[in-house]
Amino acid sequence: MEMPTPDAGIMARKGRVVERLQAVLPKDAVIHDERQTRAYECDALTAYKCPPMAAVLPASTREVADVLRICHEEGVPVVPRGSGTSLAGGALPTADSVILGIARMNDVLETDYENRTIRVQSGRTNLSVTGAVEENGFFYAPDPSSQLACAIAGNIAMNSGGAHCLKYGVTTNNLMGVTMVMMDGEIIEIGGAYMDAGGLDLLGLICGSEGQLGVVTEATLRILPKPEGARPVLMGFDDNEVAGACVSDIIKAGVLPVAIEFMDRPCIEATEAFAKAGYPMCEALLIVEVEGSEAEIDHQLSLIMKIARRHNPVELRESKSAEESAAIWLGRKSAFGAMGQINDYMCLDGTIPVSSLPMVLRRIGEMSEQFGLKVGNVFHAGDGNMHPLILFDANKPGDLELCEEFGAEILKLCVEAGGCLTGEHGVGIEKRDLMGYQYAPQDLEAQMAVKDVFDPGWLLNPAKVFPLSASESRRRLPMAAE
Amino acid sequence: MIKPETEAALADAVKSATAPLCIQGGGTRGFEVAGETLSTAGLSGITLYEPGALTIVAQAGTPVSQIEKALAAEGQRLAFEPMDHRPLLGTEGEPTIGGVVAANVSGPRRIQGGAARDYALGVRFVDGAGNIVKNGGRVMKNVTGYDLVKLMSGAYGTLGVLTEVSLKVLPVPETEGTLMLRGLDDTAAVAAMARAMGSPFEVTGAAHCAKILDDDPITALRVEGFEASVAYRLEQLKGLFAEQGVDMLVASDEMSLWFWQGVRDAGKFSEVAGDVWRVSCKPTDGPRLVAASDAEECYCDWGGGLIWFLTAPGVDLRARLGRYDGHATLVRGRSEGIAQFEPQAPGVERISEGLRARFDPRGILNRGLMGAASREVA
Repeated sequence: MEMPTPDAGIMARKGRVVERLQAVLPKDAVIHDERQTRAYECDALTAYKCPPMAAVLPASTREVADVLRICHEEGVPVVPRGSGTSLAGGALPTADSVILGIARMNDVLETDYENRTIRVQSGRTNLSVTGAVEENGFFYAPDPSSQLACAIAGNIAMNSGGAHCLKYGVTTNNLMGVTMVMMDGEIIEIGGAYMDAGGLDLLGLICGSEGQLGVVTEATLRILPKPEGARPVLMGFDDNEVAGACVSDIIKAGVLPVAIEFMDRPCIEATEAFAKAGYPMCEALLIVEVEGSEAEIDHQLSLIMKIARRHNPVELRESKSAEESAAIWLGRKSAFGAMGQINDYMCLDGTIPVSSLPMVLRRIGEMSEQFGLKVGNVFHAGDGNMHPLILFDANKPGDLELCEEFGAEILKLCVEAGGCLTGEHGVGIEKRDLMGYQYAPQDLEAQMAVKDVFDPGWLLNPAKVFPLSASESRRRLPMAAE
Repeated sequence: MIKPETEAALADAVKSATAPLCIQGGGTRGFEVAGETLSTAGLSGITLYEPGALTIVAQAGTPVSQIEKALAAEGQRLAFEPMDHRPLLGTEGEPTIGGVVAANVSGPRRIQGGAARDYALGVRFVDGAGNIVKNGGRVMKNVTGYDLVKLMSGAYGTLGVLTEVSLKVLPVPETEGTLMLRGLDDTAAVAAMARAMGSPFEVTGAAHCAKILDDDPITALRVEGFEASVAYRLEQLKGLFAEQGVDMLVASDEMSLWFWQGVRDAGKFSEVAGDVWRVSCKPTDGPRLVAASDAEECYCDWGGGLIWFLTAPGVDLRARLGRYDGHATLVRGRSEGIAQFEPQAPGVERISEGLRARFDPRGILNRGLMGAASREVA
């Protein structure tokens, strides 16, 4: 992936910039030593690395505002960073940028069970939001796989999803308000502990804007009462197409599971070797989970299994206890780790209409042979959010490039099938240059116009989301500072 | 009236416009502004409906009734329960799906299932310069680029004229049931609704109204699902209030349907004169706002998070309510100096104006409906 050439003029001003930042932040909150800035050289897309000019760790909205105001005045690009778990390179710095890490801002500011909201600083991790309210029987619904580590700030930037979005939606459906700092240091408030912030839906616009519009420092989130219980059923099929049809039939039948997870044979094999979850060896495996009281769960699972039986499953295993549920989920939850044991992998997250599932899986299989790289598929089938894991060898020259080329072909296929490039990971740098496959120039122009309004100098995370060629003229706007 | 029949013709109409346009779908929601009417009603028809993928795509001018009919045939529905403004406003015509999205029209189920904007998956629109733009798509999870779908939902046509929308739909549950608590005052009602919504029984409607059946206020809690499940959940909800000795009844099926349609459409105010306001607030602030409003009448939906007020014509409700977390929209009635939408804080207003200037550089799309210009007009 290409990144813009760092601005030598900015790097020459490093001393002054660091000095100004040190004047507004505690000493240990400004990292500028080259050995230490290395800690911020990449996120979870580890194939690309570049230490930033400096990294700052503000502890309050006021400090964030000071940092942004200074960087704005100095014309220095700022790359916001939550916990650095982005799979798309959303927090990848450039050598002329300042990383703004939000990790020190992780307090719970207010929990309000009567109005079912929680207000947190945005550096708080996703799972610890639930952690703050679960004793009272509540939880925060979006549950990305990285939820132990990922920050709410990053969840908002990428509009993160998770396994349970079929029922509970993604971040944008659970975000009620934010405090956000604009690139020039202005602090604004949008929404709050009430439904539908007034005026234009800026909250919806900010959610998923990949840190390009402002830095969210506080968020009001919707919390929900925990269901009485949840149990999955596992089903195996001899044919992807049949499994796809079964998903569609379950959805049509009026049962709304909280999760429908799908794994294909390569993934089942890898997972079994790794986690020994006792999965059947077959072409496609579904895990369907429902919620409610014991009787409600029994009723829904019986309906789901009745539908499944019509599709002649090779295995149908209903969980009857917490232990059995854990065993069913074990393989799915270790799928990524299992694939990682075999080799390096690249994880894509294109989304497709559920009806195109069989066609897309067949084409991915064919392409896998053409490229000579193995692929395992594990994904959220209820909402069509795929996760093809392409295996490659990072030490083998040319393998990464081959893998990226293959990945790009899969994503183009998703778009052709009526879907999109990314369902929950974000564009970052990874899918930036593929945006033209999904959007026409005027579509991208409309999106870039939004950034023009929020960040006229294009200093916030500028080299992300839009193809570099499309954003070039904007990124080169002359800056006032010198 | 300009009534293009294709997206391209609509784009031409916008491009060649020399004066402000009043953008309308069915024209039933009372958001007229000065200018020649540009109607989307000529862009009609369902483009794609995949029940197994829970998605429907339709041209913006498609009547909501046509969409609902197609969905009902497959046992599905628009789960955000869009309000029909006709009874309240005395308007005629066919509400369109584009209008629903443009005005982010959501009903009682918003508390559990989300708003129209939460179900909007993709849009096509024509911006103020006449460019055709698409955003989002027809899949439920999509973070490819900025979410202009949300921006267009609730922009009331001020940023672009919707030509096509794609929506997530959901199955119609087997049945519904409503538990009615009688005789609670506002504060007790908000507490009861909070208790119910904080329970695992998935309340899909929570409203509090006076003078519905008789003089006793009613606090209604709706659950939906499979028959056995609804029966179970109603019992569990009753159990929450049994100790308090609250007078309770389970509404009949017909009464439940009638009641929630009334809550959705502000039916209580359709036959009475006066201005009608819609206030979004923190539920626990509700009783204080009701007291401060000095309104003729009111009722609340969304567990207390949405209060509908009836006031004498020309009353500036915002001035009476003072400062609170939330906002007020004037739904019925127009008076000089009172904007339909709540004025925004300066920072937010500046961004909104910036967006309008970029998406509609000539200021011709529903000019004066939202933002600073609306106060000039008002």
